[in-house]
Amino acid sequence: MTVNIAQTCIGCGACVAECPYGAIDIGPESTAIVNPSVCVNCEQCIAVCPVQAISLPPELRHIVKDLEPDHHGSCNSSTDLPASSEAMADMTPTRDLVWVLAEHENNVLASVTLELIGAATDLARKLGSTVGVLLLGDNPECLISTLQDHGADKIYIVNHHVLANYRTEPFMQCVVKLVQKYSPDILLMGATTLGRDLAGAVATDLQTGLTADCTQLDIDIEKRILLASRPAFGGNIMATILCLDHKPQMASVRPRVMQALAPVSGRYCEVIYESIELSEESISKKVLQIVRDNIERVKLDEAKIIVAGGRGMREQNGFEMLKELANILGGVVGGSRGATESGCLEIKRQIGQTGQTVAPTIYFAFGISGAIQHVVGMQRSEVIIAINPDRNCAMMKMATYPIVGDAYTIIPELIKQFSQVMASRQQEGSHE
Amino acid sequence: MHIVVCIKQVPDAAQVKIDPITNTLDRSSAPAILNPYDEHAVEAAIAIKKQFGGKVSVISMGPMMAKDIIKKCISMGADAGYLLSDRSFAGSDTLATSYILTMGIKKIMEADPVDLVLCGKQAVDGDTAQVGPGIARRLNFPVLTYVQKVESIEAGTIIVQRKMDNGYEIVSCPLPCLLTVEKDISELGYASLPEMIRAAKYDVITWGVNIIAADTTKMGLKGSPTSVRKIFAPEERVGGEPLEGDIKTVTGILVSKVMEKLS
Ligand SMILES: Cc1cc2nc3c(=O)[nH]c(=O)nc-3n(C[C@H](O)[C@H](O)[C@H](O)COP(=O)(O)OP(=O)(O)OC[C@H]3O[C@@H](n4cnc5c(N)ncnc54)[C@H](O)[C@@H]3O)c2cc1C
Ligand SMILES: Cc1cc2nc3c(=O)[nH]c(=O)nc-3n(C[C@H](O)[C@H](O)[C@H](O)COP(=O)(O)OP(=O)(O)OC[C@H]3O[C@@H](n4cnc5c(N)ncnc54)[C@H](O)[C@@H]3O)c2cc1C
Repeated sequence: MTVNIAQTCIGCGACVAECPYGAIDIGPESTAIVNPSVCVNCEQCIAVCPVQAISLPPELRHIVKDLEPDHHGSCNSSTDLPASSEAMADMTPTRDLVWVLAEHENNVLASVTLELIGAATDLARKLGSTVGVLLLGDNPECLISTLQDHGADKIYIVNHHVLANYRTEPFMQCVVKLVQKYSPDILLMGATTLGRDLAGAVATDLQTGLTADCTQLDIDIEKRILLASRPAFGGNIMATILCLDHKPQMASVRPRVMQALAPVSGRYCEVIYESIELSEESISKKVLQIVRDNIERVKLDEAKIIVAGGRGMREQNGFEMLKELANILGGVVGGSRGATESGCLEIKRQIGQTGQTVAPTIYFAFGISGAIQHVVGMQRSEVIIAINPDRNCAMMKMATYPIVGDAYTIIPELIKQFSQVMASRQQEGSHE
Repeated sequence: MHIVVCIKQVPDAAQVKIDPITNTLDRSSAPAILNPYDEHAVEAAIAIKKQFGGKVSVISMGPMMAKDIIKKCISMGADAGYLLSDRSFAGSDTLATSYILTMGIKKIMEADPVDLVLCGKQAVDGDTAQVGPGIARRLNFPVLTYVQKVESIEAGTIIVQRKMDNGYEIVSCPLPCLLTVEKDISELGYASLPEMIRAAKYDVITWGVNIIAADTTKMGLKGSPTSVRKIFAPEERVGGEPLEGDIKTVTGILVSKVMEKLS
């Protein structure tokens, strides 16, 4: 017997793992192949195929059952929480099963840390558990209260001068030792320069699974496992990745995607000091110098207003106008690869897959078509305003306020009206 | 100086198309290329070889088709090319991939000790950036990620610039070690005619699972802790109705909406 594998097969192997008879394998073309002498048409593979590439041969089709419904809820819904926490009590002690690595530079917290604690709180609640935070550094205690206020239930501190400047090996040693000592179920890190450097090393040492650069996290409540979803193939598709038989389930999470919790001062939090033996002599890597760009950093990631331009702006002059508009609004100028490629915009202002990820309150898109690689970097903007003569382009379709028109006629009018409103606002302010 | 560069064959991301009806990837439309970061890694290795002498080996895990990228690296000036290819490797996640590549590198090391391993910062398809740090851990080499420049190699110590979010740091590290590199690490050159001829004639060294003496329980789907549960289309944002008409009026509406939001 056999099942048919369509060309849409992506070779993910979900069916191989599922097949109780070992009848499926990944072939030389990186797609699934079926051994007809072993296959019994049990249909289990059909249910798990993420791209619906598997089907019964036509003559057997009438018995195809409905695919298993997707029964896990979204990250924010509370309807799928366990009915009572008592029901969970005998299954799990309220231990901090969900851990977050606190990332900071010279004791200045990276914003992703609080976002991770927010996400971890949601996951922990679904597991009937709490959140633990790992804080490693040289006298990092000053960060305790911020972590505590934003949702840390337990903080594990390793304070050592060797941890002053980040280096993979000593940080890895600390994380691995703490994980081995306390066995959390889930460990999250930021998908930042530091987090991506550390996570791969830690996962290899612990011989566990690590999902990269996630943008959605959830729990399969029944199986109590992490559902980590990440964009793949340049944002064209999303993939949900599981780590079934290994703990901790690790994930690196993209900054500015998860939501930090509003701080509550004086929340209860337990602080645990861990001493781990580290010596400078045993670390062969030395940081000789840290060089900061002396050019002013483009704070796109923190901006509340971003005025972005694309290839449709055509020339430098257009970007001068965008700069003027940004100045009036107290915003920052950014743009698409169309703009950086044309030489009208510095590369460090590029937004998207190969640029920065932003989430401002207001995002202006002048002459940007909305290619997926651009959209992945700005889709979490609260309000999107698109100005484009092509009403059918992707950016116009996703914009909160799409304006059909030519940027060059609209920008001068926007500059005029905004400067009037801003000026009168300031006057009001000075009268009070 | 013996440098090993890990190279991966990837679909040309610029040309991956998605079928709008089935929402699946049409990979056949995208030609397979050498991962761009890895190309810069190979070029950087050749530059180091030119300065200090020695040998550059490239290694890839993948199907037989990946011989193409190995030959390309030979034409760029690499001395030897190894392809790890075996049915049992298929479906490996990053933990398993780093294991297989490590076993391959160890096999190369048996005959010829390795001073430096280079990887790309990330592969443009899988995009995890996890394989390099994984190999380093397994070889017990220190790892330097995001390297944008090699400043010096002297008395068994390498000094590099690591790219950071807002600048870079200069780090020293004794050899052997593993670097993952940014594109800034090197300028791409052109293959010379004799090198192209050598590449065309070059017989890629192909190793299966038995030759690298790898444990089959640690590879492929069964040896991979992660698995893909499902693939779906990203959530689409649905926008509002287009604003049209007289510029002054449209702008006026917009300005008041923005001010409302900001107050
Ligand atoms: C691997 C990879 C990574 C990438 N990474 C990024 C990334 O990080 N960021 C990114 O942005 N892109 C990225 N891209 C490129 C992306 O695919 C698009 O090519 C790019 O975003 C297009 O830029 P654009 O919208 O400015 O230009 P176009 O797509 O050319 O759009 C120009 C728009 O301007 C409009 N227009 C024309 N005249 C006017 C006018 N007078 N007034 C107003 N509008 C006008 C047009 O109608 C059109 O919609 C990447 C691509 C690949 C393959
Ligand atoms: C949709 C999807 C999502 C996935 N998500 C995950 C995930 O979250 N976690 C996970 O563990 N696996 C994941 N995988 C599996 C992963 O893509 C493969 O393990 C892949 O072989 C290696 O990962 P990468 O392409 O991300 O490489 P990267 O780690 O990004 O590659 C970095 C460098 O390592 C070297 N390298 C990588 N692969 C090879 C190779 N085959 N041969 C030689 N050198 C190589 C190259 O120098 C490369 O520049 C996913 C696969 C799919 C299809």
